[in-house]
This record gives sequence, C-alpha cells and structure tokens, in this order.
Amino acid sequence: MSEFMQTSAYAGVTISLVAYGLGAALKKKFGFGLLNPLLISIVVTILFLVGGHVDYETYNDGAKYLSWFLTPATVCLAIPLYEEWELLKNNAKAVILGVTSGVITSLITVFVLSKMMGLDHENYVTLLPKSITTAIGMGVSEELGGYVTITVAVIVITGVLGNIMGEFICKIFRIHEPISKGLALGTAAHAIGTAKAMEIGDVEGAMSSLSIAVAGILTVLFATFFAGLM
Amino acid sequence: MKFLKQFLIILGISLIGEILKSVLSFPIPASIYGMVLMFVLLLTGIIKLDQVRDAGKFLIEIMPVMFIPAGVGLMASWNVLQPVLLPVSVITVITIFTVMGATGLVSQFIIKKRKGETK
Repeated sequence: MSEFMQTSAYAGVTISLVAYGLGAALKKKFGFGLLNPLLISIVVTILFLVGGHVDYETYNDGAKYLSWFLTPATVCLAIPLYEEWELLKNNAKAVILGVTSGVITSLITVFVLSKMMGLDHENYVTLLPKSITTAIGMGVSEELGGYVTITVAVIVITGVLGNIMGEFICKIFRIHEPISKGLALGTAAHAIGTAKAMEIGDVEGAMSSLSIAVAGILTVLFATFFAGLM
Repeated sequence: MKFLKQFLIILGISLIGEILKSVLSFPIPASIYGMVLMFVLLLTGIIKLDQVRDAGKFLIEIMPVMFIPAGVGLMASWNVLQPVLLPVSVITVITIFTVMGATGLVSQFIIKKRKGETK
C-alpha cells in the first residue's frame, strides 16, 4: 500500500484537495481565522508525504497541474479590476500613493531588520522581494544575487500569513475602507492575500489584484537601489 | 461549449503573455503581462465581459488551491531555510504588519480627505 502511495500521481493531490475541502467546511462552521483551508491543506499534505516517505517530486508530478492554472487565473484577475474600473479611476491617487508607501515600507523594514539581525548581503537581497508575487519576486532575487529557493519559500509563507492574519491586521490599524483593505492585502501578501480579499468582497478583491501588479513593478524599480545599501 | 470557448480566450491571452515575457527582458512574469493585456482588451471592448466572465470567475474562486503545491514545496527547501529560520521568520511577520499598515492607512487617509471635501 505505502509502496503504491510512493509512486501514485493522484494520491497526494487528492489528499491536498480533501484537506482543503475539510478546512473550508471547518472554517464555515467555526469562522476562526487560523482554520485557513490553504494552511490546513499544506500542513496535512506535508504530514502525509513525510509520514508516507513520499518525495516532493512524486507529489509534484501530480500537483504541478494545480500550479499550471496559476497563470490563466492571474490573467483573470483583470476581470474584477475591469468591473471596478470606475471606482479605481475615482481613487487613483489613493491607489498609487497607498501602494507606493507599502512597497517602500516593505523594502525599508527588510533593510532595517536585516541590519539589526546582522544578515549578510545574500540573505538580505533574498528577502527584499518577499511581499510581491512569486514570479516577479524570483526574478528580482535572482537579479540581485539572492537565494531564489528561500525567496520562494518566504513569499509563500508571507502570502499564507497575510491570508490568515489580514482581517485581524486591518482591525488593529482601523482600516475600514474596502479600497484600503484590498490595497493593503495585495501589497503585503500578493496573490494569496488577494484570495482572501476576494472572499471579503468585490471591491477588496479588485483593489488587491491591482496591487499585485503595481507593487510587483514598483519593487522591480526600487529593489536595486535598496540592494546597494547593504 | 461556452466554458471551453471562454477558457480558450483566457489561455490565448496567457500565451501572448508568455511570448511577451520571452521577447522582453524585464523580470516580469507572463501572468502580469497577460493580466494587463486582458484588462486593456476589456477596456477597449475588443473582448466583451460575457466572453470571459464565467470561466474567469471560476478560476479566481479556486485560486487558493493553486498555491498548495508551492506551499508543500517548503518541505523541499527546508534544508536551505533552516539555518536562517529565526531572522527570516521575524522579518516575514513584522513586514506584513508594517506594509499592510502603511498601505491601508495612507490610502484611507486620502479617501477620507476626498470624501470630506465633496461633502
């Protein structure tokens, strides 16, 4: 049985989706932030793979088809954006200044904390693109000479944490405006944060999708300057 | 059939995004080129909302599922992550707070100011 599991292309993905569905049902029943379907699915799948001595490569042979949908799905984020176009136009200043402050804050925070904790240049530039979408972040990290695998891991962790804690953080800072909530989630936690913004509402989702692109491009522009600081 | 047609349009735009990425040398992924292109096509009316809406909404709805493999991938990069785990975790968590705070508060300040002016 376990030998079969170690070669099956469907077992791992099935477990992932069952765990996700279970997480979604639990969340609906208890409405508790930590019961995040994505987090539950990741944890359950890792436990299953480690417990069953299944390689990540074997799992990913089946699971890569889930990732394959990411590009078309990201393309579709333009749809809610288009539907909220009027709102976006009317708030252009808030969008641009909000996302720009977020991007600069992200780079400054990483710089100050890396300096305080004595990280070397390679680890520092690895973390610089941590708030933006994986595909752009990987490019930035590579360009600056960082460890791309760590960048990817940190981006994913940032996204999942942003997805889980996003609503709570909005409460702490008293961010009530739907537009601001969306911008904050998208700028801090890219597409995984946007998945949460989509759950909260259409305006939040549209603003969050927009932030992914804007924050990603602004980070490309500013990261080289910040990389030279340390 | 309707779903297939819609999905085909979405895939076509993704493909053009991929082509743009290979031609241009910026560190910008195919998906972002595609997203901007889809937006421009919708805005100019070359593609009508009805031609992509249902398939698009479905893809967006199941989007979190597409991040599961990347998340499980942490398992494979654990060896590189472990030595710097503490500073990386601290930076990761604090940054989420500062970035969300800055983005949210700055944009909210501008929105409120504008609302105050129009009143």
